[in-house]
Amino acid sequence: MALLPLMYVSSETKVMSSWRTTKPVIDYSKCTRCEICWKFCPDMAINLVTDPKLKTPNDRFNALEAPSIDYDHCKGCGICQAECPFGAIEMVREEI
Amino acid sequence: MPLTIPKEEYVNQGHTACAGCGAALAMRYVLKGMGPKTAVAIPASCWAIIPGEYPYTALKVPLLYTTFASTGAAISGLREGLNAQGKEDYNVLAFAGDGGTADIGLQALSAAMERGHDVLFVMYDNEAYMNTGIQRSSSTPYGAWTTTTPVGLKRNFKKEKKKYVSDLMIAQNVPYVATASIGYPEDLERKVAIAKSIKGPKFIQILSPCPPGWYYNTADTIKVSRLAVESKVFPLYEFKSGKFTLFKPSKTTSIADYLSLQGRFKHLNDEEIKSIEEAVEERWKLLLKKEQN
Repeated sequence: MALLPLMYVSSETKVMSSWRTTKPVIDYSKCTRCEICWKFCPDMAINLVTDPKLKTPNDRFNALEAPSIDYDHCKGCGICQAECPFGAIEMVREEI
Repeated sequence: MPLTIPKEEYVNQGHTACAGCGAALAMRYVLKGMGPKTAVAIPASCWAIIPGEYPYTALKVPLLYTTFASTGAAISGLREGLNAQGKEDYNVLAFAGDGGTADIGLQALSAAMERGHDVLFVMYDNEAYMNTGIQRSSSTPYGAWTTTTPVGLKRNFKKEKKKYVSDLMIAQNVPYVATASIGYPEDLERKVAIAKSIKGPKFIQILSPCPPGWYYNTADTIKVSRLAVESKVFPLYEFKSGKFTLFKPSKTTSIADYLSLQGRFKHLNDEEIKSIEEAVEERWKLLLKKEQN
């Protein structure tokens, strides 16, 4: 059997959380599922998930996919917080 | 809400771009529009290191690294090679920075466009050589601080005006030329979709702000890109089969707002800001005239 060189590894296996000084935290009661944070994330660290636990008071929004932050890959730039039109994202200082 | 841009991702998480990188967003949007059947050629630039060191890769599509000067030649070869294999349905994309487009890669780009290969050349314009440490390029605007144009006591900031490669491409009569901004992803996706539908050479210039190079807060990347368009510093336009269309922003802001957000312009005095305003206004009038003709 010929030995094949390892071609590549997806960068998803890397953990970038040490780059971060502040982390975004979503307040799901204010979130309207507009997905603007997902649209502007340069690190693809916001996933759209269907999770019945992430509830808002408005039932209309509960049927939609909710944004969920992947803290392994978020670099804490704060674009999601700056662009959220409803103030549903807060940047929290990382403690060691 | 229905998503306004395609959901599929072709850039993986865990790439090594800085926090708040505009170039990472530019690649994300362009690949969303181009789809999985795309081969990307990247010269020396920030994007040469963003996918990660060996054996990591952040792109889900084939990727070819080229030398600084030969991006245009590389995409020509890729295109002809794919055609010879009967893979005409594949798209060929070049993703070069402003140094690899406006300075070092200009002749290869011009030649590739002239030969008329079916390729898309994307220039992500972060207005200096950011990867090697913020050196001045010909795409750096007037007044900007860079490490090779340090301000200091003699005020040696960049005195020359920005070179607009998209204007050069229009002068060369490339079938589709557009400028886009990451602040308006829907508009960017529309332009990429038009470029994908056209058979022949295409050129898109994307303004992609750089937090360490422009000295602004990482959270303001989208705000800065929008302000650049609203203050007319970076006009969005399209040139398709001989017809020039200029996007006129409904909301306009002052240029001082755009400049004051960035540390690279903080040394400018009122007189210098006024000369920038005059130059921007002059260019805007020229573009309006171009649209009317």
